[in-house]
Amino acid sequence: MSRLARFLSVPEAASGTLILALLAAMALLAPVLFPGDPMRIAGPALLPPFQDWSLPLGTDRLGRDVLAELFHGARTSLAVGLAAAAASLAIGALVGTLAGFAGGLADEALMRVTDAFQTVPGFLLALAFVSIVGPSLGVVVAAIALSAWTGPARVARAEVLSIRERDYVAAARVVGMHPVEIALREVLPNALPPVLALSSVIVAGAILTEAALSFLGLGDPNRVTWGGMIAEGRTVLRSAPFLSVVPGIALVLTVLGIYLAGEGAVESSAVRKGLS
Amino acid sequence: MHEPLLAVSGLTKTFRRGGKAVPAVEDVGFAIMPGETLALAGPSGSGKSTIARLLLRLVEPDSGNIRFEGADWLALRGGALRSRRARLQMVFQDPNAAFNPRATVARVLDDPLRIHSIAPRSERPRRIAGLLERVGLPAGLAARTVHELSGGQRQRVAIARAIATKPSLIVLDEAVSALDVSVRGQILELLLALQREERIAYLFISHDLGLVRAFAHRLILLEGGRIAEQGDARAVVDAPRSAVGRALVAAAPKLVAGQERP
Amino acid sequence: MSVLASVRDLAVAYRRDGPLALQGIDLDIMPGERLAIIGESGSGKSTLALAIAGLLPAGAVQEGRIGWPGLARAPLGGRDIGFVFQDPAGSLDPVMPVGRQVAEVARAHLGLSWRQAQERARELLARVRLPEPDAIRHAFPHQLSGGQKQRVAIAAAIAARPKLLIADEATSALDTIVQAEIVALIRQLVAEDGMTLLFISHDIALASELADRIAVFRAGRIVEIGATAAIVTRPAQAYTRALLDAHIGLDAAPLFSSERPHA
Repeated sequence: MSRLARFLSVPEAASGTLILALLAAMALLAPVLFPGDPMRIAGPALLPPFQDWSLPLGTDRLGRDVLAELFHGARTSLAVGLAAAAASLAIGALVGTLAGFAGGLADEALMRVTDAFQTVPGFLLALAFVSIVGPSLGVVVAAIALSAWTGPARVARAEVLSIRERDYVAAARVVGMHPVEIALREVLPNALPPVLALSSVIVAGAILTEAALSFLGLGDPNRVTWGGMIAEGRTVLRSAPFLSVVPGIALVLTVLGIYLAGEGAVESSAVRKGLS
Repeated sequence: MHEPLLAVSGLTKTFRRGGKAVPAVEDVGFAIMPGETLALAGPSGSGKSTIARLLLRLVEPDSGNIRFEGADWLALRGGALRSRRARLQMVFQDPNAAFNPRATVARVLDDPLRIHSIAPRSERPRRIAGLLERVGLPAGLAARTVHELSGGQRQRVAIARAIATKPSLIVLDEAVSALDVSVRGQILELLLALQREERIAYLFISHDLGLVRAFAHRLILLEGGRIAEQGDARAVVDAPRSAVGRALVAAAPKLVAGQERP
Repeated sequence: MSVLASVRDLAVAYRRDGPLALQGIDLDIMPGERLAIIGESGSGKSTLALAIAGLLPAGAVQEGRIGWPGLARAPLGGRDIGFVFQDPAGSLDPVMPVGRQVAEVARAHLGLSWRQAQERARELLARVRLPEPDAIRHAFPHQLSGGQKQRVAIAAAIAARPKLLIADEATSALDTIVQAEIVALIRQLVAEDGMTLLFISHDIALASELADRIAVFRAGRIVEIGATAAIVTRPAQAYTRALLDAHIGLDAAPLFSSERPHA
């Protein structure tokens, strides 16, 4: 069985992938299905869902198409989630690998810096950063990465420290390989998989953080975000709950999908190992 | 009288474990002649593996001298050390751990050829096929990942890697201990054939005294980091004088035909 | 003559559509005997031990029967069967003092109070010849040597006075001297407590020193089974003969020709 087939045979992986595929489709097809500015007025204000089939999920307080906003919001969430995860993994892997190889004082110094960033609650750090620098998509991504890099850093360092002691690294030294080549060819490629395994958690966390920042009004004001939608719906929560509930459900399903797919990946790679 | 290939004297290494000093090797000295097999045996913790790692410069001694091929081995550093490493190679105990999990056989054998400029790139595939054939493996195995192979096959690849640079000394660190007995004999035959044909000396580390007695010319028994006894391998095992020698011989499993009930 | 356990036509695969790790295994384990299962890697010897102990992993498929005529009910792990694994570090809880681990087994299976279980644990640690049992029962596994950890594992395995002790390559990770001590310990405990011993190993010489009967396994099947003397001196199968020949004992001929490389 190929790895993909084995992965999809695990129920968690299949369901998670389905949800994420839907999310990706939403994000990619948004400009096709809902061309134009999703924040323009599309109809009467506070139209309930399932009444007008050209506006299937109704409209918000200003008359904007909720379904269009949902689809365009998916783009923001996905973009932020993936970008923040990529940045965190890159920074974290770099710092962790340097620390693992350098050892001694440099290792200590880098780990104390990691400690410092890790003790500040991630959301507060992001909040402070965006407040100071100003809200835009890039700043939000940077704000999330500012605290999320510490997890990958620790994992990368632990992996490097462990792999350095393995026989095949010793074998590379015995063969006469240059230390830099050993680092790049023997250690790093084997140190990365556990670091990458963190990616699902980081993506999910990034999406939630972005939603929270947008909810507080610190997201990019020029973009539609699910957090922003939830915030907009707050004032009419009694009369038009669907305005907050629908993007909320989208968030829940997205995070669920990511976790399921991540769990499925762990399951399918664990199933392969048995007693030999 | 020939010059020893390897001459070790006063080798000492102490490890620091949580504040306490653990002496692993204390004042060890020995010599290996070209083409000879010297065995190192002893209980676990006696220093055998540490001596191997010190020789391979994987860890540095606290004090002592090592002369290899007439030169001061410990004085070499950096690029000079790396290039001289071609002459002193090692086969590890665990065929699972001794290879990068992602490496193919071809890459494993290409590395020493490339690093020591033994053959230009165009000629290397032919050399790799030659090495595989030398250790009794089909040339077609080159494209496979090492981990697809059986334990015995992996050890043959390890031997091929070790002889690729035409070393004069190979450290065999429990190199057959993890193999099935039915495979072990073939690997030992291969090692002996290589020794005869290429005049390679072996430092054979093993806990199996029967094996040491049959495979090695001379034997050093270690205990607590010090040399307890040394001499001709058969002579030492047949009539050990040291306490650890007698204990090892008494503990070696023997084929007995039936038990008395205690 | 009654039988402790009877294995009939046992077949095991680790995955539903995977290769058979064992097939067509017919075996009787007699009470009080010391039976060695010998085989190389992939022979199925460990699989047999796990199947008898009921320790096969969740997805494994088992066919055939393992009957226990001597017991009124199905055997209980820990109570009727003690199991000693190859890796002494892997079978002990790293965050629990060793004395407590042994006491837990006694308490769970013998219904003893904590005080009684602790006392029994101390006795057992002394029985497996650990130094200073009173002090060592507070130690954690990582503070002990490989041989000491294995002694603790044996103490835990026999704590509930099982009828059957299974040692699965229990000495393979230990050096020769410690291995001989552990084998001697197992031999003594088995004799004192009247246990039946199932000894799994790849080392036929080690087995010959300990066992009454030897079963030779290969690729999931039994090749030959018989009294130790018969197997060692008059093996009926070529494979058994090959295993015996491959053993390099202290009296083996030298592998190289006698000329030295330098004279």
